[in-house]
Amino acid sequence: MRIKEHPILNFEKGRKVKFYYNGQELEGYEGETIAAALHANGIRGMRESIRMHRPRGLFCNIGNCSSCLMIVNGKPNTRVCVEKLKEGMVVETQRGKGELK
Amino acid sequence: MRQTEICIIGGGPAGLTAALKAAALGAEVTLVDRNDYLGGQLIKQTHRFFGSKEQRASERGISIAKELADAVESNKKINVLKKATALGYYKDGVLLVEQDEKIIKIKPKKLIVATGGAEKTLLFPNNDLPGIYGAGAVQTLVNVFGVKPGNKVLMVGAGNIGVIVSYQLLQAGVEVAAIIEAAPQIGSYWVHASKVVRAGVPIYTRHTIKRAWGDTEVEGATIVELDDNWQPIEGSEKDLDVDVICLSVGLSPLTELLWQAGCQMKYVPELGGHVPLRNENLETTVPGIYTAGDAAGIEEASAAMMEGALAGINAAHSLGYDAPDLNKQKEKILMELTGLRSGPVGEKIRRGLAKVTC
Repeated sequence: MRIKEHPILNFEKGRKVKFYYNGQELEGYEGETIAAALHANGIRGMRESIRMHRPRGLFCNIGNCSSCLMIVNGKPNTRVCVEKLKEGMVVETQRGKGELK
Repeated sequence: MRQTEICIIGGGPAGLTAALKAAALGAEVTLVDRNDYLGGQLIKQTHRFFGSKEQRASERGISIAKELADAVESNKKINVLKKATALGYYKDGVLLVEQDEKIIKIKPKKLIVATGGAEKTLLFPNNDLPGIYGAGAVQTLVNVFGVKPGNKVLMVGAGNIGVIVSYQLLQAGVEVAAIIEAAPQIGSYWVHASKVVRAGVPIYTRHTIKRAWGDTEVEGATIVELDDNWQPIEGSEKDLDVDVICLSVGLSPLTELLWQAGCQMKYVPELGGHVPLRNENLETTVPGIYTAGDAAGIEEASAAMMEGALAGINAAHSLGYDAPDLNKQKEKILMELTGLRSGPVGEKIRRGLAKVTC
């Protein structure tokens, strides 16, 4: 799902890193958002809605709408559209409001 | 408690221009932005701008963003706080900002709120499925990160954003099945619309989305034709095999801070929603709080930069900063703004602004 050629843009990528999505090992680039890395791996579902348990994904992609909240390194309610990917990150689907531990 | 002369919330086209103008007059500025970069939504705009040379016609948003951001970051009069979120503005004139999970208190003499806008959604069954995005969201994914949202897109809305993003999706190698528009005519500039039509993308006017299909993600959409009263015509439904639905149905101003600060607000559909009342200096009903850009009413980046310039000049001038050609500078910007808002394209904006400019 990555763009290979573009008439105007050159995409400068960071270091290739491994991260984990619901236990599955995936690759992405350091410095891109977690949401972009997930999309590049074909993953678009990010959390479950609180009451109806419906799948939710990215909507605004600029850190405003809260549609893409996930659990990142154990921290719930992380906006993955603005949180940058780092080596070894553990990213999980969020169900419910998240718990403070 | 940090003291500053002018605090600007938002580092997009309006905020950056405001900072540069205020600093040029001699004011000391603090610029707060919640992102880890400056430039706001300009950073994803790969198309060339219109208008006159003064309005940076034929430049791409991405290069304008870089130029403004570089100028701001290298300006010694401007202190930039990135990854910093403005949380509230209180009666004693203190602004609370969160950065790195710590609270910073700032007491500015003047505040410029240039917080921008947010994309609207649309009501239809399954509108919350993954694979349904704001058109600007997809623009960020594609143009900033080089990642595709899916393989085949239905674009809802044939205004400038819908049509421009459709073209940019084609440039990225993503198929656009159709652009639909509820109005009887295309809202975007013809030059953009003809580019996508030439590329083979059909634009269906008088059409809306009836529903999205899919279990865990978008797998398709049903569109329907509308009659003269904007009601769906039974039997005119068409199913489209798409895995992405982009909503380009307008933006609304991000005005939480202005509400919370007690600025008088008014619902003005022409400007995208609730916006602050303001005088000709772009000062709201709370003295010392100015506004500019999409937060003051949804327009385009060119208008945001001009409003930012005006707000920056006016805020600095109210602190006693002056320049021999200050009035000339202001007149020139006002003339450009009037030019930008002239003609049939600016009719809606003019009508909206007339309702909120006191």
